[in-house]
Amino acid sequence: MWALRYDPEICRECPSPRCLLQCQYMEMGEEEARGEILKLSRGEDSRVLEKCMTCYGCEEYCPYGNHPYFLICEMREKRGIYTAPRPITNQWINMTQMQGRALIGKVGEVVLSSCLLPSLGTMASTGEIFSQISSSMVFGAEFMCPAVHTHFAKMSVVKERLPQVLDNFRKLGVKRVICLHDECYGTFTTLAKAYGIEVPFEPVYYMDFLLERLEELKPKITPLNITAVYQRPCSNRWIPEKQDVLRRILDLLGVRLLDRNHQGERSLCCGGILRLVGGYKLADEIQRRNIADMADTGADYCIFNCPACQETLGSKVAKAGLKPIHIIDLCKMALGEISQEEE
Amino acid sequence: MGDILGSLREIVGERWVSDRPEELWYYSRDPGVLEPHRPDYVVAPDSVEQVQKIVQLAVREKVPVVPMGNAMALTGLVIPLKGGIVVDMKRMNRILEVNERARYAVVEGGTSQGALKAYLQDHYPHLRHSLPDAPAATTIAANVALHGQGRLTQQYGFNSEMVCGLEVVLPTGEVCRIGSPSLGPYWFSRSHTLPDLSGLFLGWLGTTGIITKVGIRLYPNKKLRDLEIFVTDIPELVPEAIYRLTHLELLEDITAWFQPKPLMFKDNYHVTIYFTGDTEEELEFKRKMVWGCLQEFIDSKDGGFMGVDPLKPQLLEMPQRSVAEFADVPRGGGFEYSGPITLVEHFPKYAEKVVELARKYDLLYSGMARVISGGHAMMFAISFAFNRADRDMMERVKKAMDEATEFALQMGSIPWKPNFMEQRMILEKMDPVTRELIHRIRRLMDPHGIMNPGNWEVQ
Repeated sequence: MWALRYDPEICRECPSPRCLLQCQYMEMGEEEARGEILKLSRGEDSRVLEKCMTCYGCEEYCPYGNHPYFLICEMREKRGIYTAPRPITNQWINMTQMQGRALIGKVGEVVLSSCLLPSLGTMASTGEIFSQISSSMVFGAEFMCPAVHTHFAKMSVVKERLPQVLDNFRKLGVKRVICLHDECYGTFTTLAKAYGIEVPFEPVYYMDFLLERLEELKPKITPLNITAVYQRPCSNRWIPEKQDVLRRILDLLGVRLLDRNHQGERSLCCGGILRLVGGYKLADEIQRRNIADMADTGADYCIFNCPACQETLGSKVAKAGLKPIHIIDLCKMALGEISQEEE
Repeated sequence: MGDILGSLREIVGERWVSDRPEELWYYSRDPGVLEPHRPDYVVAPDSVEQVQKIVQLAVREKVPVVPMGNAMALTGLVIPLKGGIVVDMKRMNRILEVNERARYAVVEGGTSQGALKAYLQDHYPHLRHSLPDAPAATTIAANVALHGQGRLTQQYGFNSEMVCGLEVVLPTGEVCRIGSPSLGPYWFSRSHTLPDLSGLFLGWLGTTGIITKVGIRLYPNKKLRDLEIFVTDIPELVPEAIYRLTHLELLEDITAWFQPKPLMFKDNYHVTIYFTGDTEEELEFKRKMVWGCLQEFIDSKDGGFMGVDPLKPQLLEMPQRSVAEFADVPRGGGFEYSGPITLVEHFPKYAEKVVELARKYDLLYSGMARVISGGHAMMFAISFAFNRADRDMMERVKKAMDEATEFALQMGSIPWKPNFMEQRMILEKMDPVTRELIHRIRRLMDPHGIMNPGNWEVQ
């Protein structure tokens, strides 16, 4: 079985326990934060094991890439701690099981992966951006990154399924996989590495692909001249270096991204997973704070990167007066493939 | 025997009567597993007077009469077991009155659920009736006649309890009004404070008369609807969850269900909780009450609320199409269920029985219970899907259904819309004095034994 590449020495010698100090859901002072991460590094019980909301944030806050989040998940599973109710945990394990029903397009060296999210497949199957590769789409549990199970502290499921997923890609003989979901890209570049699992292809971040295509299609872009805020998904925490790509895309589209309190490292969960893990009261409160923060900017649009976030928050941000839109659809809008009214 | 076909033509006109084999084929069966049986004639009357004349003709000629709505009961209740005349009520589909302030509608005996729903949506959008999860073409009269349930059954009881007046053509051909319409122009009550004669027709499955008009209660139609699904892997928690939910006195509808496919539902028991509101605040208040009353199970990790956003469009449909989709999982579109009315506390035992029967007969199952009247009872549907082209599979479904009825009777439950064989099983188990009373009433109401014979017959 794959083992987490975690070095307790790094935590012991860490000058600042940023990982827990920055947490958006657990309040603790510097001394307590240091004490709790040291407990975790020694494999001891910690209140973090009961209270962590699985936002992935500590993976980003740790400046050494020492994987505090995966450590918490491992320790929870070892102790039999369920983050969400047991039937919900098992529901997610069951619903993401491979059943030999994956949809595989005309695959060449490059493949477009829509994970197990049908809406990504729908968005990427039309329009000029993806026109050259949309026929190479794969969809299904066989190609789904199993990172969602970290929310349920089921690292055994992650470690069992990830090598199978990678093997399924390997069997296709692909060299590059364009990941339409941040979670897939983050899994292939961060989680796999944390466990020393070799990835037999080059993962491509879909926003890098979008940026490249938009550069090529630049003459066709009509600047949108709109303002927007951004809902950063949890899995983007595993690839913080990619945050700048979004800004560059928005510049090309003529979208002014407005600053808000809960952005970057201070981003808040959409509430989907939080509802399962933390309960409705916390999820409602976080959503209320998040949406109020968006609405305060007076932005026209709320841009989503993750379809699951959009499904959870979309109607709620719309009620607050912001138009919800996925970044892919925003690109299509600038290319004239979707009208602003239609969207 | 006289010229029955000619007489029927005189009553309803040539176009609305038939003895042609291709049409009789259709009227000899329903979508369930029972063997078909051909009628001799099918007739579609357009008025209560025509219904009267048909019944009078049947009395004269001593031929059976089988009233039919849309033949979707699945348990062969309108299969003419002894031939005779099938009276297809579909032409009598007029919505005669809506009393907005008293919240009731009066409809003809062949009016479909879909027609009333559409009419209310167009003309009285703030009113609704208790719509069953059956195809929209099923009729209101048939639904109440077999004690059907609907979307408002959790709050207000069986749809038959929502009847507020009846007009019936008796097996003698006389027309009889039941409740307040027997005294005046209003259809607000089926009995109070009179002797409740509606009991002579509701649940009798067309053996005591033909319902030609129904008064049915209407209820407020709130602007917004939403739902939550509570999930647990412990069947014993379901009755407790329902008890707590019904204590709220806030909810539109509650169903508990389980099925092995798709995989996301495997090994869990689900309680779908519907609630309504005129404002977002009202919905949020109810949602919080729902979450709060089950918080203990969430804290113990034994249960929780699943994400429902992707499923909402389907789950908020009225009626839902999921039953029809389930029927086609094994291909061939067959679907049959036994739906005993029982105590909510029996849910775990029924759940176990469904799985046992499915294993024994190698069938695809689904179990679903609808809470009735705030938890006084539930209808537990033991459902199997089958391929109509597979005789062996249909035979296995029949056996599983018989066993399910035996089990229900052992559990002290009341089988819902029983087929004629299940009716015999019920009558055999029934208190002999009760059985004799049924026999006497039947004989008194229908001295010639012409009304849907084969049903509710005490041997």
